[in-house]
Amino acid sequence: MGTSLPARRRLARRRLERTGDTLYRDALAAFGMSVAAALGIVAAESAKLAAPALRRFGIAFVGSTQWDPTADRFGALPFLAGTVLTSAEALALALPVGLGAAIFLSEMAPARLRAMVRFPIEMLAAIPSVIVGLWGLFVLAPIMRTRVEPLLARTGLPILSGTPVGVGLLAAGVVLAVMVLPTLTSLSLDVVGAVDRAQREGLYALGATRWEVIRRGVLPAAKSGLFGATVLALGRALGETMAVAMVVGNSPDMPHSLLATGGTLASVIANEFTEAVSDLHEAALAELGLVLLALTLLLSIGGRLLLRRSVR
Amino acid sequence: MTAPSRPVVGVAALSAGFGDRTALRDVSLALEAHAVTAIIGPSGCGKSTLLRCLNRMHELGAGAWVRGRVTLDGDDLYGPDVDAVQVRRRIGMVFQRPNPFPTLSIRDNVAAGLDLNGFARAERDDRVEAALKQAALWNEVADRLNRSALALSGGQQQRLCIARALAVEPEVLLMDEPASALDPIATARVEELIHELKDRLTLIVVTHNMQQAARISTRTAFLYMGELVEYDRTEALFTNPKERRTEDYVTGKFG
Ligand SMILES: Nc1ncnc2c1ncn2[C@@H]1O[C@H](COP(=O)(O)OP(=O)(O)O)[C@@H](O)[C@H]1O
Ligand SMILES: [Mg+2]
Repeated sequence: MGTSLPARRRLARRRLERTGDTLYRDALAAFGMSVAAALGIVAAESAKLAAPALRRFGIAFVGSTQWDPTADRFGALPFLAGTVLTSAEALALALPVGLGAAIFLSEMAPARLRAMVRFPIEMLAAIPSVIVGLWGLFVLAPIMRTRVEPLLARTGLPILSGTPVGVGLLAAGVVLAVMVLPTLTSLSLDVVGAVDRAQREGLYALGATRWEVIRRGVLPAAKSGLFGATVLALGRALGETMAVAMVVGNSPDMPHSLLATGGTLASVIANEFTEAVSDLHEAALAELGLVLLALTLLLSIGGRLLLRRSVR
Repeated sequence: MTAPSRPVVGVAALSAGFGDRTALRDVSLALEAHAVTAIIGPSGCGKSTLLRCLNRMHELGAGAWVRGRVTLDGDDLYGPDVDAVQVRRRIGMVFQRPNPFPTLSIRDNVAAGLDLNGFARAERDDRVEAALKQAALWNEVADRLNRSALALSGGQQQRLCIARALAVEPEVLLMDEPASALDPIATARVEELIHELKDRLTLIVVTHNMQQAARISTRTAFLYMGELVEYDRTEALFTNPKERRTEDYVTGKFG
């Protein structure tokens, strides 16, 4: 009765391949799971470290504006506000510039220029944040103090009031903008460049100008991708630590103006953790870490939901 | 070659290419008004390039260049103060692969050209309906104008693109292998449509399908390696070609 030798060999190989497939799939699942597990472990460890503060302040911690380690008073709101303000400022500055650069490079510049600047832009993203922080401290802050802030203070807007000191939330936002700009630009360039040529031609053929092609063809088609790039940039800005710690001024007061000094969740943890004055102080810093973790998770989940709705 | 009786588009000594490459060499021909002219020839012979020179789409490509003259009703389309955008409003185009705008509804797709000029709502709706009727699509989509254009079949999408081009009421419609991505039934519908449309405007249709050229056109131009080999009444070109290369091509000796 016989299956011939080659046939049997083929069968054996088929079986081997199937085992390979299963192995591969299991390995991928394991990797995927381990990412989720790592996140869970980090959250659990932080929660354990934060336990004393969690027990003492509970959820009110998030809404409290007091941060006074010597008096055992701890609240996250000043840093939460600092984080949100600096990140929002960074996006407000980086988005128009990055998107504008991407559109210019993709739709208007000659292909040669596009190829030429692409690599340098990606290199910029690799500058260590401590270097950007140094630039912020020694180059940006003096300019902010002597030129930019006096001008802004004259607008009379409450959010731009105060004495120009150079370092502070405003400078931190600019530093963050500089840090997210290269990534935002190169991602946007990818997204805009991926829009089907047939879409552009369809509009040109109807008698659209170049600007109309961008506005009615390229941008709508690139919308969800651009949104994704923005969420990534925002995620980076929220968590950036070193460069912000160097220029934000590090004060625990509730910020009432962008010109004020302040801190972000990430910067205050970096600044105070090694010098925590008490176990409760350390626990409160860990709880700030939990708040930051929640904020970034919320951002990526919220971003994904919004994206799903916009794509339909 | 007998000259067309009522020429509307004139092409004189037209050469075009990309960089140091010549895709079209010294082409001259006059295209008849309210007729269908077919452009045939093997792949890469310059059919699309010729078509795209007529509505100044060619110059959008990287390194593209054009020499020579193209006229529409006597107007020099490459004149010094002629805006390519205006040319494209007078000469519409339909592409090989249906390219409806994916984020727009069926109605907004048809109105896309109108919206560039800003039409009042009522007139916009009327024009959309008229264009969809001209494109023989109205009966199929009248009850779902707000749905995404992507929900349509390939053949319907192509007729939507034809409606979109018709909505701005061009004088000439260029079609670049408009049925080559469609199944036989959808192809037949597009051919039927081309027949009906010639009362309304002038059609120039690129095809690599000789039977199709024979079915739809009154005149046919045969291009080979960037040169116009022969241009004549379709019947004459297919049954009694004057050039050896035309004969070889239409009898299927190469292609
Ligand atoms: N964007 C482009 N860049 C360089 N060469 C091109 C480009 N598009 C077409 N060509 C060349 O021009 C010639 C004519 O192309 P085309 O007009 O598209 O031919 P057809 O439509 O008859 O198949 C071909 O040799 C093709 O390789
Ligand atoms: Mg072609």
